[in-house]
Order: sequence, then structure tokens, then C-alpha cells
Amino acid sequence: MLASGILGETAESMMRALKNGAGGVVTKSIGMEPRDGYLNPTVYSFQEGLLNAMGLPNPGMENYKQVIEKLKKESGGIVIGSIFGKDEQEFGALAKTMSSLKVDGLELNLSCPHAKGVGSEIGSDPDMVERVVKSARTHASVPVWAKLTPNTDSISSLAISAEKGGADAIVAINTVRAMAISARLRMPVLSNRYGGLSGKAVKHVGLRCVYEIYESVHIPVIGVGGIYTGEDAAEYLMAGASAFEIGTAVAERGPQVFSAVNRQLFAFMKKEHFSTIGEMIGIAHRQT
Amino acid sequence: MHTGKLEIVEITDITEECADVFTVMYRDRTKASPGQFIMVWAPGVNEVPMSLSFIGDEKGFTFRVLGKTTTALSRLGKGDRIGVRGVFGNSFRPVGSRILFIGGGTGVASIISAADLFSPGRRAVAAIGAKNRDGIFFAGRMKQAGADVLISTDDGSQGEKGFVTAVARRVLEREDFDTIIACGPELMLRRVAELASEFRTPAQISTERFMKCGIGICDACSLNGALVCRDGPVFDGEFLLGCDDFGRYRLSPCGARVPI
Repeated sequence: MLASGILGETAESMMRALKNGAGGVVTKSIGMEPRDGYLNPTVYSFQEGLLNAMGLPNPGMENYKQVIEKLKKESGGIVIGSIFGKDEQEFGALAKTMSSLKVDGLELNLSCPHAKGVGSEIGSDPDMVERVVKSARTHASVPVWAKLTPNTDSISSLAISAEKGGADAIVAINTVRAMAISARLRMPVLSNRYGGLSGKAVKHVGLRCVYEIYESVHIPVIGVGGIYTGEDAAEYLMAGASAFEIGTAVAERGPQVFSAVNRQLFAFMKKEHFSTIGEMIGIAHRQT
Repeated sequence: MHTGKLEIVEITDITEECADVFTVMYRDRTKASPGQFIMVWAPGVNEVPMSLSFIGDEKGFTFRVLGKTTTALSRLGKGDRIGVRGVFGNSFRPVGSRILFIGGGTGVASIISAADLFSPGRRAVAAIGAKNRDGIFFAGRMKQAGADVLISTDDGSQGEKGFVTAVARRVLEREDFDTIIACGPELMLRRVAELASEFRTPAQISTERFMKCGIGICDACSLNGALVCRDGPVFDGEFLLGCDDFGRYRLSPCGARVPI
């Protein structure tokens, strides 16, 4: 699937991901009101990954309705609506509106590492996670996924809280809080100073989180973080993910990355004698 | 990643081309082609996309002072440091032996390096338009490149009175071209695309959208699903005429679709 925050502003761009082999798309995170996000620089890229502090730009739920409607009508693909809010009331209201648009699921952004009062600021408190998930679950008519932050001492306890709140799946991970300094300008690069690290640099953090969560909850885990190849995807499946999302690799390889990863994953399965994806899920836990 | 590492460069020169239009020069040996752009970071202010108006080892970008970022850039001097990411995007291609360049306002800055590179040895005509005589720049450089230059201003203060597209129409009526290379305000560019279609001349049109990442992930510059930063900024005229939003709607910084 296409990870949230990447190419998720317009229906046409998400359709491109679907046409290029994505099994589904997760939209940009949508809040109650329009939000411009931070001033540039909002990204800083380097060999192993990407640092970004977009600041959750989005046109607000009301304006975004037309994007979802167009996407559902014209693509017929799987669409997961990502939402963010400051408390359980906002998440509840957004869950209600988003699920009324006939999305196939909701992803709760409890993990954006650089926006004030939302994202990981509320998503690193297990009680808040439980309350938010419960509220979304009550108001939603579709499956609810909780996307968790790795910027915590125990992502497993957040996952357990999400499960208690009624989450249908856990998505791990969001970006890792980080920053870039320009030595020659003697100042932080991102206008927000702090941002979220993604790409190759975080794959092993993501794998560890998925592995831990898989041992802590009974609901499915969806892996995301540094997946560029079919073998990266296989590692996430073996750590316990039932599905996976791709984000940063789209910057490097374009929307064609989805079909490439699918192809490589099937080639890997053939070579390693797996006949179904299911045989790989969580297998790394049985080998230790 | 191949996606444009940030480089800090020193300004080697800054010149005022005409009223409120400046060119900032810096040294950077990255290979660039005509029509490509960079993300320019004015430290402490903002980072904005800029087409390259000089593409050699000594590079430059030309802009009109419009807001905070361009004001800050215009006040910098030789030796001051700025950040650049890129070079990004696709580029203009020399097609055939007869090229019509059409530039409106600061759009001239995006096509000038194509004129520099493609005009010698070819039949080249450049139609340049601006609101008034104070807005005309790079006419001399166009001429030096070998193009016949036709100037128009909205108020008639220099060259012909009227829109640059009216001049372009007359040129197309009397002469055939193998390609049109154009940049300017989007309403003008829609008119150029229509003219190109009417005269059955392929057009390469450089478009502009609000940009954040510059590397094809944030979707802020989406033009009916085509990413201006990665699939563009140069698009085929016929393709653009097929885009509902071209010349009509753009995405605002929050991603809402708003009329142009």
C-alpha cells in the first residue's frame, strides 16, 4: 500500500499508485480544518533516507470529501482514510465523516513526530491512545488501524492500548524524530527544526517495532519504514506484518516502486519455496 | 538517494535585470539542462522553486520580487550563502530547425537558457511580453543567442501594444515552426497551448505550481496527477490541454483546489 503522507493530496496521484501495483492507498492525514503546514525547507534528503517536517498540510475534512469520492468512484481501489486530531472528540467526528465516504478503512495518525498537540504528542500516551481508538471505533463503520510512533520507550504498550481500545490493526512505524543541521550555515535546515526520519535509515527500527508488537497483541500488524525492495517487504512479513506500506521509496523510484516490490517479493518467495504470503508472516518468531 | 542533496553555495554576483527583477549567480558544477529548476533556500526565510536562467558551472536564477522570500533573496550580496537543492525536473528539447520561443513576464527566465543553447544554427523567433517596458528583460540576450526578438507590452510602452499571444499568433500565421517553447503566467500558457494545437505545432510548455518537496512525494504540485516537480515542469501542449486544472485550478498550500 501507499503510505500516508506520500502523494495523497489528489485523487489522480493516488490512482497512479494503484495503477502501478499498490494494493491500496492511505490518504494524507486529514484534520478538522484546512492547514498549510510549515514553511520550506520541509524536506532534507540524503543517501540513506529522508527527513521531513511538512506539518500535516491538508485541506480539511470538508474539502477533502471530493478527493475521496473521486478516488472511490474512478479507481474502485482500496482506500484507507488517514485522520488526525487533538483529542478523542475530534478523532470521533473525523472517523464518522471519513467512514461515511465509503473508505475501506481508517488509519489513525497517532504518530506524526513534528506537529504540536497532535500526532505523537498525544500518541505516546497509552491512555490517550486507548481513548482515541475507542472513540474512532465507536463512530466508524469500517476497520480502524492505529498508526503508532517509534518515539517512545515502549511501542508495545501503545499497541496493547490500541488493541484494548478496539483497533482492528496496528500500523508501525511512523517516522523517527530527528533533525538536520547545516554546518556551513550553522543552523537547523528544516523550518520546524525537528522532523521525522524515514527511508533506509529506519528499516531496522521498524522491523524491531513490528517484531515486538507482533508478540504483544492479537490483531494484525501492518509494517512500514524503509521498504525499498521485495526482500525488505519479506523481512517485515517475517517480523510479523500481515501487509506493508511504502513511502519514502516512492521519492527515489517513482510510483513504479509498487510493481517492482511485488515482482521482487514473488521472485523471493519462489526462490525460497514459500507458496503463500501467509507462510512468511511471523516466521522469524518461530526460528528463535 | 538521487533526490537532490542540499548544497550551501556562495553568491558570486547579483544583478538587477529590470525593475524588481534580479539574477542571483552562484558556482555549482552539477550538470543542468534548459528548463530545469532548483529549490532555493533563503536561510531563515523559506525555500522556493526557481528555474535556472544560467545552466553552466556558473549558474543563476532570475526572479521578480513578490513576497518575503524574493525580497530576502534580492537583498543578498556577493559572498552571502544560500542553500540549493537539485537540479530537478525535465527539460526543453531542441526539436527540428525552427523554434518559436514565447515568454511572458518572468517566464522569460525559464526559456532563456533554451534560447541560448538551441538558437545558434536554427531559425529562432522569440516573442517576449510584459505588462510594461520596465518588465522587459533578457531581450538582448535572446538577440545575442541569434533569435529574432518581438516585444509586446500590455500598455504599449515598449514594442507592440497587447498580449504576447497575439504576436505569437501572427508569427504562426506567416511562418511554420517545428516546436514552440514557452513559459509565463498560466492563463497565457493555456492560450499558447490552444494556439499550438490550432497551428498543429508541438509545444513544450513550462508550468509552475506551489512546491514543497521538489522530489515527487508531497503531491503539492500535482496537476491532474502529473507532478510538476518530477514529471515536469515542461509538458507537452496537447497533454496540458487535456488537464482540467491547467489554466483553471491550482492547489493552495493546504492542498485545496482553488480557481486560478
